[in-house]
Amino acid sequence: MNQPTESKERKIRVLVAKPGLDGHDRGAKVVARALRDAGMEVVYTGLRQTPEMIVDAALQEDVDVIGLSILSGAHMAIVPRILELMKAHGLDDVKVVIGGIIPNEDADELEKMGVSAVFGPGASTEAIAEHIRRVVH
Amino acid sequence: MSAQDRAADSTPPGLPPIVAAIRSSRRDLARLLTRIENGQAAAELAALYPYTGKAHIVGVTGAPGTGKSSLVNALARHYRREGQTVGIVAVDPSSPFTGGAILGDRIRMQDLSGDAGVFIRSMATRGSLGGLASTTGDLTRALDAAGYDLVFVETVGAGQSEVDIARTAQTTLVVEAPGLGDDVQAIKAGILEIADILVVNKADRPGIENTVRALRAMLELGHRTERALHHGRLLNVSAAPPDENENAAWQPPIVQTVALDGKGIPELAEKLAAHRAYLRSSGTLAVREQARIEAEIADRLRDALLTRLLSQTDPALLAALVEQVSARTLDPGSAIQQLLKRFGENHTG
Repeated sequence: MNQPTESKERKIRVLVAKPGLDGHDRGAKVVARALRDAGMEVVYTGLRQTPEMIVDAALQEDVDVIGLSILSGAHMAIVPRILELMKAHGLDDVKVVIGGIIPNEDADELEKMGVSAVFGPGASTEAIAEHIRRVVH
Repeated sequence: MSAQDRAADSTPPGLPPIVAAIRSSRRDLARLLTRIENGQAAAELAALYPYTGKAHIVGVTGAPGTGKSSLVNALARHYRREGQTVGIVAVDPSSPFTGGAILGDRIRMQDLSGDAGVFIRSMATRGSLGGLASTTGDLTRALDAAGYDLVFVETVGAGQSEVDIARTAQTTLVVEAPGLGDDVQAIKAGILEIADILVVNKADRPGIENTVRALRAMLELGHRTERALHHGRLLNVSAAPPDENENAAWQPPIVQTVALDGKGIPELAEKLAAHRAYLRSSGTLAVREQARIEAEIADRLRDALLTRLLSQTDPALLAALVEQVSARTLDPGSAIQQLLKRFGENHTG
């Protein structure tokens, strides 16, 4: 049988999005690939996503996790807006994970707002996959 | 209930709860699609089945890089301008090694974001071959029952034998692009035979004349025998009724498009409408639907029987048979006969 995946098992679905205007999506792609290699289904939406686009896609795709890559410094503007839209659309059980360049005090505040985890430049992709597995199951 | 009350309640009386839910809530629809993918929605699928059959199901297949996602995006925008609603199921491959997947079709469909008349769902093949996932057909049914006027199914980047889409869609678009292969590619068996409409995308690129010429020559050469194969192979039904009318009536047209700037999209939409009208007027829709249902029942029955047989087989017996076959004291065919005999005894006793 060439069917390595049991189709009845619940797959973890993750949306990886790149909000904001900077064009650096290498980090997002590396993470997307690592999560794929960890057996997850990764919906990759590409560059320059508005909060509305991200939440709309997360809703249609029924993902367990939204992964945001933010390097532009706009996280304190973008993330609260995304959390607000998620609440408005009933996506309360969807976890938000952020990667990028986020100062520690901002990371603390984002986690207080309900962000599941913030990963800085030194974080290993294994740690990200491990975190997602832990919070989803 | 007064007439006024009835008028206020837009859902017809007796609509099953799941159908009412997916027609009014995108969140409920999205969650149903997840349960279908995970094989946990048999009751809901049964309840919504009577409400399917209204949407035009359009398959979009072709080699990687021909522009399938961009074409679906352009078609969806066209139909939205005409006031029709559009569901999209976009399939990408699962890794055979990890079971993970990167689903990237939305990247080319960003124009459709925020439009409540469009619903896009990405799905991974989860081990299925043939260009679709095993639950893709059921996802299109859910979108059909949810009321979308058209449902596009975009296959994985397909080569020459990923032809399952012709069993799921009513109209199949095969997308080609200039410069991807010589004219021998065009006459190979397989994917071109399932085309109801051939789309040559990226028609602003050099080499377009050669691509169109090769496809046209292939169609003229191969068309007479092609349709018999179409039913015989594609639909996987050995006793498919020969359909002479279809041979005579529908010649797959070749439409040139540039999906990125919308060139050729209205013409393609016209051909789609023409094909649908033809399917109805010629009775082909019913013939295809019956062949498709027959094949689907056979497929599912095969899966169900296999699961049941294996679950009722003593693992020790199976292990012993495997041992004998590998020791060359028994051949695989005889081993299977022994398993079937046990299964038959369990069911006649």
